Amino acid sequence: MSKHHWQSFGELNNSDAYKQSVNDEFQEQLPTEVDDKGFLEAKHPRRDFLKFLGFSTAAAAVAASCEMPVKKAIPFANKPEDIVPGNSVNYATTYIQDGDAVSVLAKVRDGRPIKIEGNDLSPITKGGTSARVQASVLDLYDTARLRFPTIDGNEAKLEDVDKAVAAAIGELGSAPITILTSTIVSPTTKEVISQFIAKHAGSKHIVYDAVSYSGILLANEATYGKKVIPSYRFDNAKIIVSLSADFLGTWLSPIEFSKQYSIGKKLDEKKPEMSKHIHFESVASLTGSNADERFLHRPSETGAIAVALLAAINGQTISGINDAKLKAAIEKTAKELSAKKGEALVVAGSNDKNIQIVVNAINEALQAGGKTIDWSATYNTKAGIDADFAKLVDDMNAGSVGGLLILGANPVYSWFESKKFVDGLKKVKLTVSFSGKADETTQLCKYVIPSHHYLESWGDAEIKTGYFSLLQPTIYPLFKTRQFQDSLLSWSGSTSDYLTLLKGYWSSKVGGETGWDKALQDGVINPANTTLASASFSSTSVAGATAAIASYKKVTTTELYLYQKVAIGAGEGTANPWLQEMPDPVTKATWDNYLIVSPAKAKTLLNIDLTNNGQADAYEVKPPKHVVSITANGVTVKLPALIIPGTHPDTVGIALGYGRTKELGKSVFNDEVGISVGVNAFPFASLANGTVSFAVSEVKLSDTGDKFPVALTQTHNIYNTTQGNRTEVMKELTLAEYKANPTEILEDREAEVKPYGGLANYQANGTIYPNSMNDRPGIKWGLNVDLNTCTGCGACVVACTAENNVAIVGKPEVLRGHEMQWLRIDRYYSGNDLENPKVVFQPLMCQHCDNAPCENVCPVAATNHSSEGLNQMTYNRCIGTRYCANNCPYKVRRFNWADYTGADSFQDNQEGIVNDVVLNMSDDLTRMVLNPDVTVRSRGVIEKCSFCVQRLQSAKLTAKKESRPMVDSDIKVACQQACPTNAISFGNANDKKSLITVTRQDNPNRLFLSLEQLHVLPNVTYLAKVRNIEEEEKASEKKEEKKSEKKEA
Amino acid sequence: MAFLKSLSIPTLILSVVLLTGSFLNKVSAQDGKALFSQNCASCHAVNKRLTGPALAGVEDRWGGDKTKLHAWIHNSAAFLKTGDAYANNLYNEYNKTAMNLFPQLTDKEIDAILGYISTAAKAASAAPAAGTANPNDAKGEESDNTLLFGILTLVLAVIALVLLQVNSNLKKLADEKEGIRSAEPVPFWKNKAYIAIVVVILFISGGYMTTKGAIGLGRSQNYQPAQPIYYSHKVHAGVNQINCQYCHIGVYQGKQATIPSVNICMNCHMAINEYKGAKIYNEEGDEVNGTNEIKKLYKYAGFEEGKPWDASKAKPIEWVRIHNLPDHVYFNHAQHVKAGQVACQTCHGEIQKMGEVKQFASLGMGWCVNCHRETKVQFKDNGFYSIYEKYHADLKSGKIDSTKGVTVEMIGGTECQKCHY
Repeated sequence: MSKHHWQSFGELNNSDAYKQSVNDEFQEQLPTEVDDKGFLEAKHPRRDFLKFLGFSTAAAAVAASCEMPVKKAIPFANKPEDIVPGNSVNYATTYIQDGDAVSVLAKVRDGRPIKIEGNDLSPITKGGTSARVQASVLDLYDTARLRFPTIDGNEAKLEDVDKAVAAAIGELGSAPITILTSTIVSPTTKEVISQFIAKHAGSKHIVYDAVSYSGILLANEATYGKKVIPSYRFDNAKIIVSLSADFLGTWLSPIEFSKQYSIGKKLDEKKPEMSKHIHFESVASLTGSNADERFLHRPSETGAIAVALLAAINGQTISGINDAKLKAAIEKTAKELSAKKGEALVVAGSNDKNIQIVVNAINEALQAGGKTIDWSATYNTKAGIDADFAKLVDDMNAGSVGGLLILGANPVYSWFESKKFVDGLKKVKLTVSFSGKADETTQLCKYVIPSHHYLESWGDAEIKTGYFSLLQPTIYPLFKTRQFQDSLLSWSGSTSDYLTLLKGYWSSKVGGETGWDKALQDGVINPANTTLASASFSSTSVAGATAAIASYKKVTTTELYLYQKVAIGAGEGTANPWLQEMPDPVTKATWDNYLIVSPAKAKTLLNIDLTNNGQADAYEVKPPKHVVSITANGVTVKLPALIIPGTHPDTVGIALGYGRTKELGKSVFNDEVGISVGVNAFPFASLANGTVSFAVSEVKLSDTGDKFPVALTQTHNIYNTTQGNRTEVMKELTLAEYKANPTEILEDREAEVKPYGGLANYQANGTIYPNSMNDRPGIKWGLNVDLNTCTGCGACVVACTAENNVAIVGKPEVLRGHEMQWLRIDRYYSGNDLENPKVVFQPLMCQHCDNAPCENVCPVAATNHSSEGLNQMTYNRCIGTRYCANNCPYKVRRFNWADYTGADSFQDNQEGIVNDVVLNMSDDLTRMVLNPDVTVRSRGVIEKCSFCVQRLQSAKLTAKKESRPMVDSDIKVACQQACPTNAISFGNANDKKSLITVTRQDNPNRLFLSLEQLHVLPNVTYLAKVRNIEEEEKASEKKEEKKSEKKEA
Repeated sequence: MAFLKSLSIPTLILSVVLLTGSFLNKVSAQDGKALFSQNCASCHAVNKRLTGPALAGVEDRWGGDKTKLHAWIHNSAAFLKTGDAYANNLYNEYNKTAMNLFPQLTDKEIDAILGYISTAAKAASAAPAAGTANPNDAKGEESDNTLLFGILTLVLAVIALVLLQVNSNLKKLADEKEGIRSAEPVPFWKNKAYIAIVVVILFISGGYMTTKGAIGLGRSQNYQPAQPIYYSHKVHAGVNQINCQYCHIGVYQGKQATIPSVNICMNCHMAINEYKGAKIYNEEGDEVNGTNEIKKLYKYAGFEEGKPWDASKAKPIEWVRIHNLPDHVYFNHAQHVKAGQVACQTCHGEIQKMGEVKQFASLGMGWCVNCHRETKVQFKDNGFYSIYEKYHADLKSGKIDSTKGVTVEMIGGTECQKCHY
């Protein structure tokens, strides 16, 4: 039987507010300002109505008498041979942002890059992308980008800046110059930097990563003699244990790991085997939410857990863990790990060298080297060592740094001792920033020469040893910017530019001009040999590390854990409205950071008992949340508190990356109230054992009594019908259950539709209409989501936004439930453990029902069904009654409440209605990102997922032009293409060989339709989530469930 | 009196029915006209000899035998082989220019076209004052009975009104006689019922006209603006027989047919620097100096005669855009020209005979949909359609009329989201 799933605390308790909200289509009152003053005194009295009527008639008459505007059609003067206007071309390039490097394809349409896709040829990401990669194209058209070089904030010509910098360098004399960058993955850029250093004696290159991996690098140096990070092979692991490493969301190489992880999670119905993932963490993360089993602990206990785990694997007794539950968990984990030696992998997110040394020892004991850990290729993406940077800050304060050239590093914002860095910077004579935007550090630099966006740049990247990826410009530079490398080259007196150097460097390696062209076209150069390798382990440092961990102070007060959000990272995504509006996978919050507290903490801190109907509703129904004051390390901030299960009772969490400077754009700063979006949590960090620690102890919390609204989408779009409860939208079971009874889900479905003669007769008997629903002569589109491999990362949400010109609505509108995303990921909790429930993610888009309830209520037939099974939405016919949205059981239809896109015929229709972020999205520059094949919707129409119909049409045309039947490779919908785990399959369900048909046929036992009992006959199917946990645990949970059911009864 | 009253209401109803009937009748005549302009008009006119003969009186010339005419139109080449004397004479008379094949037209449709031709011919002869009759002129349409029905409706409406008035007067008289006091009579212009009727009629007719006007907004059939260079399709595509695709290179590949870039013009015009053909006249009837127009091109191209051309010096020509579709419509040339094998002239008219380009079609949705209903897809020739197994079977079994074939509509070509997304 399906479990009890709940999206909100109200749903768990079946509270009054929940019961009411499920009956309302919209979360708010309709905007008809009705008062009891009578019509004449009303805001818009009858006379106003007549005025409007008269005006619109007059306006129509004027419009009708207007002459048609003369439009120009301007062809090329000299057309390049390979460009067909109106057809898009994909160029391979590499997404590079602060040390993250992903091989991608940029879809260029009429000279503008409009969409980023993964590069299938990359063996690292295998075509996968993340939300941030998807959103990066919008950064290219960011209105807040720096448009010209400046000296002291005044616009200057490039030549003048060059001259001034050269003069300044001359004046420095013997004072050394430091080049401060985030991790550089490009071999040629490293070459350029070394040329500069050779030219200027005494200068240095310091790498600074806002969230560094110093701990792992130093630990590997101590145990393996190499200061590098090896490749992890989650796909080879039968058991994965993570100590707070958010490897599916933000840790090291999340796209690659998601891909590998999904391989272990794909379930073959005939041979049901899966990898198992055990997660230890303090604050609910994306990875923890996906784990088969999650255990909660204090951040300060991480070291002790690692040591205990090592001891247990080595057959010793565990000491130092007081929590009995945690102790049992460690013992069990050790047992499972030991049983799968050579197929086990342990990773830790901590930046503590000692912890990472112990983790290395664990992996060594599990014989992971050469199997689940591969030393043949190591990462170049994270090279920053915190101590190096700390020393630089000291040097700067001591006045021994003459010049500082900064690229990609922003320590004024992200270094915990920001003030010390700022003070040091004042003592540096020459300060140059190459940042493309006026970030916190750039504002303090004398010279600013903005570098190109990656889509305008040439370059290369060695992501892992031997795995190269090239960059090529996809658009002519929009502004007066210059690539960082060219600046350095010219200052080191080189006569050639960077492109020549790059081409020269590669041509000799890849076989001349043709080889270079081929490499550019592919975008990647891969190693021929990929044998896994191990490295020799030296255990000398392990004892010391264990002893050091044992001496760590036991914390008894509340602790704070600083984490990164999937979309925002360490602040890279804050200025991007697509990422800000993407609901965080775990909290479902947009446009803010906040304090994450556990339900238990909420009880003591906020006096909210979530098992109490009234209190849960008081917390949940209205957006304003309690503002809590947080004091630690001498820093105090105030943040609204969100209650997120899956968080340790004595730990609170704050996301990094918020509280940015106003100059970064409209999305980071709220002009109306004059405060930035969220607050900066970096100052809470501290230096411990030479590395930055994001775990903070001795935290004082107090409820300020104030409230601050947080735009959560969690409780939007909930709805009940008389036929089916919304909870039945989801199906899930454990591997043990599946093995015991593979047809459990099938039986479940059979039972649901029993009144109509079971599944076989359901389609015919479940309706009063003649049964012509399935007459699809040629194509019947279908989509399937495998909930087993879906991690809920949100890449699909942003991909859909980018592909379909989905509007950004801003925080005030999200607060009102007006978000526009066509694809949402519902987060469900299951089980009755309020503190640590299981989590399931379900991507929900228009289900394209063959018997669609929305279609037959539209008074103007603006939504109707196509012969290919699409539920069509015709915007220019829609009159905005919203009957369809009301009648949709999935709540996937979106209404344009305001002119979010600037598409209305009357200008200035947005002023005062939408906020600055939304206004900025209709700026001429920002609009360059729009997909010309998709209509930009105006106010007053409904929109929804179209199955990327523009892509379907184009795929059919491709096949027709080649006079052949369509095949799977012709068509990938945006969400499917973006997915890093291949959870989404799409295709023609009438084609017996298509991916969608094969997927459905191979998984008859897990297949289900959401709300099948409504007889809406969706064209979207799901494969149920199977969790790899044992039977005995399941049984105990069942007992609990029964108990609670009895209680309810 | 009751009788009169009961009579007046059916009269009103009858007049409404008659009026509706007159509109319904019009539909089939429209069909014939639409079919004619789609299939025949590129080579034939009703009263004027073009590529093919004038079609007025065509049925009489063929001896009134419609079966022969049907066969000829369906497949003229096959019909010629039957050795029909009239057909062969005609063939020779027109320099052995073969008539296009129209297997997709049903007999019924051909009859509709013939019907249209005969009415159009009659209308033209009935109005000799109109000079050289244009079959597309509004005169042709008036031959239907709309006006007659309109007048009839009006007369009946007036009678009905009079009867109603009489009825009420008589009723009043009768009431007086019986001693029932009635209210002061209201003159009919103050009678609320009449005012209401007038208002309703005004509302309906006003609404109809507004809607019609609104639909026409943004449409620009027959738009023929002056262009920066007098470029004559007649000279290039007509006289010199240059293939459309030579210049409009995108037409088989993508969404846009593409207006040729300057370097494409210069491919030929580097060598062709003067115009030697027949005199060209613009719309106003003034002569156009072709050589001067070529010189204008050279100016855009930055080309000096006798010197090698540097293509990088070229400036784009700002042509005035003629065919404009609204943003919410997706149209793809490759889909129509490559996949659908539709001739350029179907939508652009006799482009090979135009001086400056004129918008031939309305580009309205009704016009698009009409064509999608009637046009056959390349069902057997294009491998894409092999997935439509059911239709292939139906074609074989005769369930689908093989002369009509599988139309665009049958594979979903009239659904909203084929063009709007």
